[in-house]
Amino acid sequence: MKYDLVVIGGGPAGYVGAIRAAQLGKRVACVENDRAGGTCLNWGCIPTKSLLRNAEIYQLLNHHIEDFGISIQGLSFDWSKVIQRSRKTADKLAGGVEFLFKKNKVDYIRGTGALSGAGQVGVETNDGDSTTLEAAEILIATGCSTRELPGLPINGKSVIGSRDAMTLSQPPKDMIIIGAGAIGVEFAYFYNAFGVNVVLVEMMSALLPVEDEEVSKALERSFKKQGIRSLTGTKVTGTKDHGDRVEITVEGASNETLSGEVCLVAIGVSPVLPQSYKPIQLDERGFIRIDERYRTSLPNVYAAGDIIGPPWLAHTASYEGIQAIEGMFVEGHTPRKVGVFPGCTYCHPQVASTGLTERAAKDKGLKYHIGKFPFSANGKALAVGEPEGFVKLIVGDPHGEILGAHILGDNATELIAELGLAMELEATWEEIEATIHAHPTLSEAIHEAAGAAFDKAIHI
Amino acid sequence: MAVNVEMPKLSDTMTEGILVKWLKKKGDRVDIGDVIAEIETDKATMEMEAFDEGVLGEIYVQEGAKVPVGGRLAVLLDEGEEPSSDAEEEPSGDAEEKPSGDAEEEPSSDAEEETSGETREEGSKEKEGSESRAGATPAKKSRKKAEGTPDEPAPHASASKESGRVRASPLARKIAAERGIDLSSLRGTGPGGRVVRRDVLQVKPRAPEKDAPSAPAAAAPTAAAVIRPSAGEKDERIPLSRMRTIIAERLLASKTQIPHFYLHIDVDAAPLMALRKELNAGNEDKPDANNYTVNDFVLRAVVQSCAAVPEVNASFDGDAIVRFADVNLCVAIALDEGLVTPVVRKAQEKTFLQLSLAVKDLAARARSKKLSPDEFQGGTVTVSNLGSYGIRSFDAIINPPQCLIVAVGAIAPAAVVAPDGTIVAGQRMDLGLSGDHRVIDGVAGARYLAEMKRLLEHPSLMLL
Repeated sequence: MKYDLVVIGGGPAGYVGAIRAAQLGKRVACVENDRAGGTCLNWGCIPTKSLLRNAEIYQLLNHHIEDFGISIQGLSFDWSKVIQRSRKTADKLAGGVEFLFKKNKVDYIRGTGALSGAGQVGVETNDGDSTTLEAAEILIATGCSTRELPGLPINGKSVIGSRDAMTLSQPPKDMIIIGAGAIGVEFAYFYNAFGVNVVLVEMMSALLPVEDEEVSKALERSFKKQGIRSLTGTKVTGTKDHGDRVEITVEGASNETLSGEVCLVAIGVSPVLPQSYKPIQLDERGFIRIDERYRTSLPNVYAAGDIIGPPWLAHTASYEGIQAIEGMFVEGHTPRKVGVFPGCTYCHPQVASTGLTERAAKDKGLKYHIGKFPFSANGKALAVGEPEGFVKLIVGDPHGEILGAHILGDNATELIAELGLAMELEATWEEIEATIHAHPTLSEAIHEAAGAAFDKAIHI
Repeated sequence: MAVNVEMPKLSDTMTEGILVKWLKKKGDRVDIGDVIAEIETDKATMEMEAFDEGVLGEIYVQEGAKVPVGGRLAVLLDEGEEPSSDAEEEPSGDAEEKPSGDAEEEPSSDAEEETSGETREEGSKEKEGSESRAGATPAKKSRKKAEGTPDEPAPHASASKESGRVRASPLARKIAAERGIDLSSLRGTGPGGRVVRRDVLQVKPRAPEKDAPSAPAAAAPTAAAVIRPSAGEKDERIPLSRMRTIIAERLLASKTQIPHFYLHIDVDAAPLMALRKELNAGNEDKPDANNYTVNDFVLRAVVQSCAAVPEVNASFDGDAIVRFADVNLCVAIALDEGLVTPVVRKAQEKTFLQLSLAVKDLAARARSKKLSPDEFQGGTVTVSNLGSYGIRSFDAIINPPQCLIVAVGAIAPAAVVAPDGTIVAGQRMDLGLSGDHRVIDGVAGARYLAEMKRLLEHPSLMLL
């Protein structure tokens, strides 16, 4: 069987790319060794959002429900059902991807793909067979896996990665989380909400180091109120896994040896490279190096998604998958690279951002104004009892373009879309200010922040 | 069923093409392989063949229009098929589920967007349509563009202008307004041909005073304004070489931006012919000796006259005139590929012999293409000599950013009225001068030519 395209990896870059190629009339196979949908859908974005929803509801009922004049007696949770709900969501969506494959006539092959020769993908299928697919073009979209901490191998019990953290049979008494990126922060919120004693250790000086400092600081304060201990600017200097307990020695904000029933390692990801008949050129960090058309160093072999390096996000991976495919098959199409993209963290309050942080704007020597508006002055936020957080816009001087947008607060991850659109369309603060935002909504805070950049906010 | 005819990609670098000529007209029967139009690419004019058969139902693009690759040009219909409806509303099977990307293969999905209720008829409603759609569905538009499949059948830039609305981002508008840039003159590279920031930033800022068209601003209006010839089959089309491109750009800029004035003076060439004969006498026996040419004398006169009238050795610089300390002499040398003007630097410091040798060296190396790029830069005054072709007199175009070019004609025998009133046989030469009136006035030019005449008529002065 000769394919126009074989995709290795069925995650957000791979499955989306495969479907797009099929839509373009190509004969396509997608090789995936786990489940269609990849990490995102099975062990990442989607199941965690399910868990976090449980946490949000439980935390609301547990700590804030009396503010609403409601009292609940004997509140409790069934952990196995919490986990079950998350798995069901993932199952459902994975099934959905398989359906899309079928509908678009993409051959879905369950197995591990390798570059076995020029124009060939060798597959060790999950049921033990091996086969070779002939492919005119090959897209590598194998993604990433959890990066381990040297000396502290993940065992799925006392030392766990994000994947294990989604399926623990019961919540531990206490948990050490190493790494305060999106994954670490989300699990810190989740486990804390369910009563686990959480310590969050981050080597960089703030939680969510890629976010605007002001947001990180405010989140750290919020976490403190919620009972999460955050040790930022703190290095792990020693580890000891006793099987039932893990000891982590840290230096920085505090010099001590932390002890926890479980240690979640969330320090980043490592590339998952497919085997290859010839070495593929990699970048300094071990990710596949590509050119402007997503081509690797091997002829007719392309790569997209997490495997080509940061930002390791599902939405950027899908974008890259489509761009790579259209570059291959649509005549005259020049693939684009990821430009402005949103980054979201689904703890509570949520964090969402796009574009430059204030520090990045400063480092670039740009002139800018800051437009900030707190949700504590937003009617809707107060009405629903979510006054925490703010919208912060970094607005270019003198033209007023949006350089960056940062939101901390309830539903921040939904609100950020408006600002992504504004940036993509090169809207300036004036267009945002001139746009009537519905009242009462959280989005009014964006409207006011745009005005605030030039001292035109009304409600503050 | 209706099949759209799209702008083909005829070369690797082609991103758009000009529809030069329709060879079929509406209603004509077309078979696969029939030549239906002539398309001009960035490289050549080529014939466009039909990939499908049918009847040419509607032509969407007028001759002379520029259309991006993939842009719709016409629609082919089945025999007896009605032109309007099908091309419009026939949504290709699963077009709805396909978010995008298939327009290449499913041309009619493009049409699906246009079911706004109006029936397509002529070019006129085309425009209305494009305008309303530009406003109403920007998201769709940008999506289309991302696929490299322009959804606008009409010629791009002018279309947006004609409909009275330039598609530009708010940021692009602000920057353009601030810099006084006309948005409609820009070519948008954003989604759907929208003018975005980078397009505006590409425009070089204009010189501060509007009434002083500055040389540095140059280049802008050129290529677009070219009036195209119509070439037939027997005509040859020679792509512009790099050199011709530069000549075209620079001289167009010169002739359109520099207010030229022209002067001529008649020079008695007999003394210099006599002196030249004397200097070269006996050279036949000495292979190493330098043979002085007439041009050597002229060049020497050009350089030395700059000392007498220094205001001509200058350039216009927007808000100032730059007067140069050195005379860097450009000599126009004709090569097969075109004209080059290498520079003799600090020509005022060279002796007559050194100048003669330097020019011969430049000419030889120009012909063997051994000149380095810096040998073309920094000239302050240029001499063009067509005397050897028998041209008596001509006007040259200034070599920007210089303010002066001297045009040298042939020395020819002529009847001359001698001081005593008798008519005698003489040898005369015409010198022309083109000057940049922003830098020098006619009097300075006249004084300069008078000085040249004085030196050439007393050539021994130039040997000092």
